[in-house]
Amino acid sequence: MEYFLQQLINGLTLGSIYGLIAIGYTMVYGIIGMINFAHGDVFMVGSMTTFIVLLMLGVTGGSGPFIIVLALALVIAISMAVAATFNWAIERVAYRPLRGSFRLAPLISAIGMSIVLQEFVRIAQEGRAKPIQPIIIGKKILMTKVVGNQDFNVTLSYMQMIIILSTLVLMTVFTFIIQRTSLGRAQRACEQDTKMASLLGINVDRTISITFILGAVLAAFAGFMFFMYYNVTDFFVGFNAGIKAFTAAVLGGIGSIPGAMLGGLLIGFIEVMWSAYFSIEYKDVAAFTILVLVLIFMPQGLLGKPEVEKI
Amino acid sequence: MSKVLLQGEGVETYYGKIQALKGIDFVVNEGEIATVIGSNGAGKSTLMMTIFGTPRARAGRIIFDGKDITQMPTHEIAHLGLAQSPEGRRIFPRMSVFENLQMGATVRNLENLEEDLPKVFKLFPRLEERRNQRAGTLSGGEQQMLAIGRAMMAKPRLLLLDEPSLGLAPIIVKLIFSAIKALNAEEGLTVLLVEQNANHALKLAHSAYVMVNGKITMSGTGAELLRRPEVRAAYLEGGH
Repeated sequence: MEYFLQQLINGLTLGSIYGLIAIGYTMVYGIIGMINFAHGDVFMVGSMTTFIVLLMLGVTGGSGPFIIVLALALVIAISMAVAATFNWAIERVAYRPLRGSFRLAPLISAIGMSIVLQEFVRIAQEGRAKPIQPIIIGKKILMTKVVGNQDFNVTLSYMQMIIILSTLVLMTVFTFIIQRTSLGRAQRACEQDTKMASLLGINVDRTISITFILGAVLAAFAGFMFFMYYNVTDFFVGFNAGIKAFTAAVLGGIGSIPGAMLGGLLIGFIEVMWSAYFSIEYKDVAAFTILVLVLIFMPQGLLGKPEVEKI
Repeated sequence: MSKVLLQGEGVETYYGKIQALKGIDFVVNEGEIATVIGSNGAGKSTLMMTIFGTPRARAGRIIFDGKDITQMPTHEIAHLGLAQSPEGRRIFPRMSVFENLQMGATVRNLENLEEDLPKVFKLFPRLEERRNQRAGTLSGGEQQMLAIGRAMMAKPRLLLLDEPSLGLAPIIVKLIFSAIKALNAEEGLTVLLVEQNANHALKLAHSAYVMVNGKITMSGTGAELLRRPEVRAAYLEGGH
């Protein structure tokens, strides 16, 4: 039971990161009907920027708490700005000219952009993994159980706490933007009927750009948390995380934002539970088996919307 | 006598290689109701969409209030004060009725929403009852009301209505046409109306065009066309 609880905490942490990335996939799919395969690499750019800015600022776990908070806020802002610029530029350069072309064209272009980002970072930053000393350390022991002559502690690290809480806050703000602001309404209108939205005076190109920027902001935050949690990143982390998040988006129902978050949490849980109780080598197989099963038996996903409309 | 608000000169539109509009000339004067009648597939809806630049005219010019809008982006055309209730209604099915109406007021940045909503609700009380319902679950007739109401929310200078009577019960059709008449008479709203229901449309219209196969074949005042035997034979008597 204690062991399970610990895995639940770990799964929630990982799932939060996947969920934030998955939203970017699902939003872009919702509005222009394509999978932005470079999105995982935008997440990687976020984590890489976090690494670079942290080094430049020279903060360590020994800096005072005030300095750390200030520095991390700056790191987050810069990572978001950099990732957003990349994703915005990708859409302008690689996707927009292909809109209205055959369906596979932007997809191929997206795979190309994914490679471009990876290789750019690999060459500019070298391929070696980038580790740092943990900055946020410390944990809370929630429960203790004596197993033989050892104690098993159920712990919640401060970093885990930060990840789960900030994901919650970010999701709330984001849901508010989509549901309650005119920007969100324009986004949803374009998603449902692009042509009608433009007839009503919505600048569709701008709305699509904003969608890419919003997705990148969330991915950058996920990249930041990923780096702070694992304390290491490299040019290739976007591939694995991206595919997992994409799986999460499909599992939750591609096009559905709550679905992406739910799918992210589930994939996080599945991966962690499988690693904990079965074999860690096969955790990816477990996650992708779920994807295959969902595609076969529930192609619209958990919260996907079957199109029932009156004619 | 009155000012020209919208004018088309030799407008040609293609879908791929198929020519849908073959050189259309038309004029809509400020403050009048103009109508285009014609059978299915004549190109009426294509004309309505071409005015908004989607699809874009390949030849000819479209002028709104003295400004050439032929090459203008669709959303900028909307900001000039044109609003359309398009073919197939195209309401946003996963938004509430209220949100759909808000979308209609996009060009005005949602200003004076509280003043204009009651006007739409007065015209279509059904929409007020269903205010928070998802638009996709409305009946066909209610969706048509929503599409018209949404276009009204833009407070346009020119209202384009594509077959507002389609799929509506006769009593509602009557209601809608009297509403159009009232909007025109009381607020001076200019209306371009596309209809298969030629009888209603011609009775209402100050000027009218008959469209066949992508061309304008006849034009005149509504009353004139209503009297023309060939119009009566083709669009008003029998066959329907």
